[in-house]
Amino acid sequence: MKKVDGAESLLQAHGKPEKEVYFDNGNSGWVPPEVVEAMLPYFNKYGYGHPSITNRPGWEAYEAIYEASEQIKKSIGAEFPEEINFTHNFTEANNLAITGTALANKTKGKEIIISEIEHYSVMFPCEELQRKGFKLIKIPVDKEGFVDLDKLSSAVNKNTLLVSIMAVNHEIGTIEPLKEIVEIVKDKNPETIFHTDASDAYTKTPLNVKRTGVDLLTLSSHKIHGPRGAGALYVKKGVEVEKIIYGSLSSQPLWPGVENVPAIMGFSKASSLAFKKFKEYNKYLENLRDKLIKGILEEVPDTLLNGPLGNKRVSDNANISFLRVEGEAVTVELSLHGIYVSSGSACTSRVLEPSHVLLAIGRKYEEAHGSVLFKLMRFHKREDIEYTLKVIPKSIKRLRKISAIKS
Amino acid sequence: MSTRIPLPYSGKVIKLFRNPKNLGRMENATVYATAGSPACGDMITLYLRIEDGKILNATFESYGCAANIAAASVLTEMIKGKKVEEAWKITWRKISDELGGLPSIKYHCGILAVGSLRRAIRKYYGDKRPSWLPKETTSEEKLALKEEELIKRFLKRSKKELNEKHF
Repeated sequence: MKKVDGAESLLQAHGKPEKEVYFDNGNSGWVPPEVVEAMLPYFNKYGYGHPSITNRPGWEAYEAIYEASEQIKKSIGAEFPEEINFTHNFTEANNLAITGTALANKTKGKEIIISEIEHYSVMFPCEELQRKGFKLIKIPVDKEGFVDLDKLSSAVNKNTLLVSIMAVNHEIGTIEPLKEIVEIVKDKNPETIFHTDASDAYTKTPLNVKRTGVDLLTLSSHKIHGPRGAGALYVKKGVEVEKIIYGSLSSQPLWPGVENVPAIMGFSKASSLAFKKFKEYNKYLENLRDKLIKGILEEVPDTLLNGPLGNKRVSDNANISFLRVEGEAVTVELSLHGIYVSSGSACTSRVLEPSHVLLAIGRKYEEAHGSVLFKLMRFHKREDIEYTLKVIPKSIKRLRKISAIKS
Repeated sequence: MSTRIPLPYSGKVIKLFRNPKNLGRMENATVYATAGSPACGDMITLYLRIEDGKILNATFESYGCAANIAAASVLTEMIKGKKVEEAWKITWRKISDELGGLPSIKYHCGILAVGSLRRAIRKYYGDKRPSWLPKETTSEEKLALKEEELIKRFLKRSKKELNEKHF
């Protein structure tokens, strides 16, 4: 990563806003002190050893990872702790799920099915496999981001090796009917392996691997207020997955390299905290979400909600397009007021095209360029939403005054 | 949105973004021109007041990212009071330098600003092209055109995809 001259002057010119509201937990997590506390001993007091080496700090580390896998296992209704494979983030877990499964099960067929709105860490390994001779089918979604179930059903056949469809979309918050989707796939071909990227669903919607019938499931630590540096892939006992990176020994048979024990312990703590008051937290998040969405749509003219409304939308997601302004400018403008958001605009990425998710639900380019994602946290207070609703109308008005597109 | 990477800007970009100079439509403009499009995600309209071969006043409107707004604003500052011939010589690199350096992925903001200026200057002279004004389109003009063309191709392609999906 190149350091651009003046990054310090940028922060200086920006200043530290008096009030700050962090709405970017999908991209990088805010970690509460309790979780940090749970991690600290594993740096230098306890379990700082290598879990695969035969000495006391190593055994302590091994025991810690085992406890963490018990917690994660329990939280998704899995049967065995060894079904939980820790990786260093969910991008790795998704890559392992896609590439590792394809390589291990080539004899079952060479067709892979995903939705058009998968996270890049699912989509890109699939496209790489396509370049290497696998067939890839992308199932379209409707205007709210729901996968076309008829198209999915007709796409599955005896050569379908793997289907990967996310539980909740990371940008627009659509909760896919996972159980129904798995049934459709397994009805057509019981041999087909089913993976779901549940990174944005975990701790927000009920996820039970037994009830839904998934074979593989991806989880992320930073999206649930755990630290960065930990992710996990659930692999149902009996499902074959091949290693995709190689190296020295590890307690994780599918992911070599020394385990990040402090991060795994933070992940486990974050999980147990979230599930302690699962219903209460999600009810609270839904209230904040609806207050924010309603407030913006009422106060700011020419706005569009991206994704569904109500209980088909995940509790912590609000995604709104502000017409005639560009999303990156909105992120910078709001940042100056201490409101930290992200955008699906092309300008925040290294490509000219805006978010593939927004294009897939039929948004025009200019609508996608003006999109802003708010990820709510259970740590937000009602005042945080009220402050945000006070700032946004003024900020959008200012940018529209600058804009070369007039209504 | 994990491949979407925010970029470090210079302090000057932030300052101009916060308080843009020469903002808004100019009622008594001699000429104006637009580069970019809503679909590109960036679009600059530049208004010039020209008298006796000199730019007396310049204002802008910008739909785009923070760098795009800052680039358009700094360009108006750079050309005010200049002879048109001198203003023509401003390159995107000079804009970038004036802003304290743009990250490489934001070079096109400078290119778009220069593109709109050169478009306005060509429009101003029309058929009566002075000898210093090159007949051939310059690299900035070409790049601005290329971005506009590229997005048209994307749009055509996505319309086709949408039709296939029966939206």
